[in-house]
Amino acid sequence: MKLYEFQAKEVFAQEGIPIPRGRMVATAEEAAAVARELGRCVVKAQVHVGGRGKAGGIKLVNTPEEARAAAAALLGKPLKGLLVRYVLVEEALPIAAEYYLSVTIDRVPKRPVMIASAMGGVDIEEVAATTPERIARLEVDPAFGPFDFELRALCAQAGFAPAARRGAAELARRLYQAFLRADASLAEINPLVLTERGELVAADAKFEVDDNALYRQPALAAYKEASEEDPIEAEAHRRGVNYVRLQGDIGIIGNGAGLVMSTLDLVTRHGGRPANFLDIGGGARAEVVRQALSIVLMDPNVKGVLFNIFGGITRGDDVARGILEAVRTMDVRVPMVVRMAGTRAEEGLKLLEGSPLIPAATPDEAARRIIELVAAR
Amino acid sequence: MAILVDKHSRVLVQGITGREGAFHTEQMLRYGTPIVAGVTPGKGGTRFHDLPVYDSVAEAVAEQGADTSIIFVPPPFAADAICEAAAAGIRLVICITEGIPTLDVVRAVRYLAERDTRLIGPNCPGVITPGEAKVGIMPADIFARGPIGLISRSGTLTYEMAALLTSAGLGCSTCVGIGGDPVIGSTFIDILELFRNDPETEAIVVIGEIGGSDEERAATYLAETWYPKPVVAFISGRSAPPGKRMGHAGAIISGTSGTPQAKVEAFQRVGVPVAETLEAVIPLLREARQR
Repeated sequence: MKLYEFQAKEVFAQEGIPIPRGRMVATAEEAAAVARELGRCVVKAQVHVGGRGKAGGIKLVNTPEEARAAAAALLGKPLKGLLVRYVLVEEALPIAAEYYLSVTIDRVPKRPVMIASAMGGVDIEEVAATTPERIARLEVDPAFGPFDFELRALCAQAGFAPAARRGAAELARRLYQAFLRADASLAEINPLVLTERGELVAADAKFEVDDNALYRQPALAAYKEASEEDPIEAEAHRRGVNYVRLQGDIGIIGNGAGLVMSTLDLVTRHGGRPANFLDIGGGARAEVVRQALSIVLMDPNVKGVLFNIFGGITRGDDVARGILEAVRTMDVRVPMVVRMAGTRAEEGLKLLEGSPLIPAATPDEAARRIIELVAAR
Repeated sequence: MAILVDKHSRVLVQGITGREGAFHTEQMLRYGTPIVAGVTPGKGGTRFHDLPVYDSVAEAVAEQGADTSIIFVPPPFAADAICEAAAAGIRLVICITEGIPTLDVVRAVRYLAERDTRLIGPNCPGVITPGEAKVGIMPADIFARGPIGLISRSGTLTYEMAALLTSAGLGCSTCVGIGGDPVIGSTFIDILELFRNDPETEAIVVIGEIGGSDEERAATYLAETWYPKPVVAFISGRSAPPGKRMGHAGAIISGTSGTPQAKVEAFQRVGVPVAETLEAVIPLLREARQR
């Protein structure tokens, strides 16, 4: 789960990491009021996209009137396709230098890794690609956490100004703490601003929480609702359905993440456009299948649905019963193709005989068939 | 021969009295898997399907000589169960549980690093050596014994592939689901290394997906170590958009890393054919074995 910048900064502040003075607001009026209090400000759109500044989502303002205008120009409008519901109004910092600092988990050593660079304020992947020598890296032994001497070496190697290194090492220790305490998968400060007064301030913040750990992070789980931008995804997650919305018109339902992913690939390969990813999981019963179909059909773009089921623990007859139940209780007006194999697939297909569902023998045939049917509409 | 599990394994089920644990213990017993005991803290002294149940792994090891463990413990307690098995001297731990916090897995893997225990998973379907031992949740009847080693990050695609191998008259020596989480105990390279030395395994199928760089690293390993057996790969998630987590916690393209293109190219660069569909794995496998 991605946090918004203002939420991430709350997490940082709780750990004693300095953040700019400011407030999150939802109206232009409030934005002007905050600017009146703080003086020169930045108005920042709160959306989960990279390259927000370049897309015009960050504006420097000198007066409350400018703050009002900037907020009005952002609020309620899309930025890179995402609706801006909040803006963060913050004091403009007197910048002496911009650094980069992050913690994430490196899947190869299977450990947390801290990354620091004096090239802050730009895309770090770009820095890594063009000037890798400007990036310092510290693999942390999770049994001990980072040692202070390691953090000092990290900040020195990153090329931070000598006077700022002690403070930066301390801030890095707190960032690691925040990462651990919140079960994060990413905690990133970019830029970490060194002000003209010599203070270090987290001017921007990115924070992603491990979804698997939300059960023990009630304070962060409360952010979840606010962080989900797609209404169908939000509804799916409320009902416990594993759904990702995509851009196309063919709804996809299957059991198992890998199988669903490869079904999307097949449809794409044959020239179709999947509308979603939906995994009913292992051992799904009829009710789960009904829920799944109702979620997929919430998307008005869906012009056909493809079921790809390989029965293991999941039984074909259970899935078929779920589909039939769904068709009985819902007004389904799009063609549906079913490919079913494995445990009780024959029984499942038998149950579906006489229903509007069209059987297909292989995933490939199923993909082709649903594309034809959608194209014919 | 086979790898990891066989008829001589002495299997322990951690979480044997839970819903999943109980169901799959029955299935594994029906297959003929040599299960010797179960563990559920608080249920020690009881029996389950004629198997002794213990409070701790240490007791199960001391009294039944268990050397392999399969874990069905719920996510909040699963990492602890992995460490308990390692502490008791279990040599192979297969963790089925999906949804363990990544930092818990990181700590467990760190704990295992100093011990002689191999971890498969978490979030995996387990391991099967057809005809000898099924230490996992896979449907048994689609597997046949044969010369192909199968390694996969996905459960259902493992089943699809196994069924295709069986109907092609090929079959598996051992089939290993390594798991769909970002941090897993054994990666492609670890299992490829085991298949390398297994005389029964003549060729290997690798089923990868978006996210991370294990496929790329496996490709480099195959080339650098002059891998002696043919390998065919399949990558799922080729149409997945960046930044979206596709079901598996580990299946996500972040920035420029974890893309399907990089994985496909890495394999092709070292001469490993990459099948466009699972069905296409079979002819590629036949071709590769003839060379």
